[in-house]
Amino acid sequence: MSSIKIRTKHLNGQTQIRTLITHPMENGRNRDKQNQLIPAHYIQELWIEHNQSKIINCNMAGSISKNPYFDFLLNGGNSGDEITISWVDNLGFTDTNKTIIK
Amino acid sequence: MTAYSLATTSGLFYSTWAQAQWLKESFKAVTYDEILKHLFPDAEFIDSRKIKFSRLPRTAENGAVVPIKITSSLKNIEKISILVENNPHPLIAEFFLSPVVEPSVSARIKMAESSDVIAIIEAEGKFYRHSKYVKVTVGGCGG
Repeated sequence: MSSIKIRTKHLNGQTQIRTLITHPMENGRNRDKQNQLIPAHYIQELWIEHNQSKIINCNMAGSISKNPYFDFLLNGGNSGDEITISWVDNLGFTDTNKTIIK
Repeated sequence: MTAYSLATTSGLFYSTWAQAQWLKESFKAVTYDEILKHLFPDAEFIDSRKIKFSRLPRTAENGAVVPIKITSSLKNIEKISILVENNPHPLIAEFFLSPVVEPSVSARIKMAESSDVIAIIEAEGKFYRHSKYVKVTVGGCGG
C-alpha cells in the first residue's frame, strides 16, 4: 500500500488537496530504549503535480511531525483532473501516489 | 503557468549538487539569526498583517504535533517559509507555490520548547513576516 493518502474536495470553485503520509520523520536527536540515537530519517522534498505540471514544491526536514499532514488550496481544478504527490527522503527512499479529482 | 516557467522564476528544483548542498545547509542545526542570514541575506522584513495564522494554538500541549495553517492575502507569492526560533533546527519547511495555488498551507510541526513561530513570505521581491508566540507544555522530540 502506498504511504501517501490523498483526499480532494471542491470548495467554492477551489479544490482542497489534503495529504497524509506515513513516515517516521526521525530528526536524529531521539534515543531508543537502549539510549542509542535513532538515525535521522525524514522526508526532504515533497512535490505535487496537477495534470503533470508541478504546482507545489516543499523542502522540509525532521522538524515536521511524524506522519506528516499537509493541506493546500488549488484555484480551479476540475473533476477528472489528476493530482500526483511524490516524496523523497534523506535515505533515498521515494514514493508516489495519484488520485483523480471527483 | 507551466512547471517549467515556475522552475525558472523561483529556483524550484534543487537538482544540481550545489543547490542540494545549499539545502542541506539550510536545515542544519544553527541559531535562528544565522539561518536568517543564510536564507535571506540582506533582506528587510516587513511585519505584515496580511499573513494570518489559524489553527496555531497559543498553548500547545504536545510539542511533537503542533498544527499550523498559514493564509495570506498577499499577491504573487513565491515562497512560504516556516521557522521556529528556539528549535535546534529553526527552519521547519519551505513551500514553493505556483500562481494557481492559493496561499493557504497547513502542516503539523515539532517544537522543542516555547518559542516564536515565524512565517516569512516572499512576494514580488519583498519579504513579509508574521510571528506568534506559542507556549509548549510538553517538549516535542528535541525539535
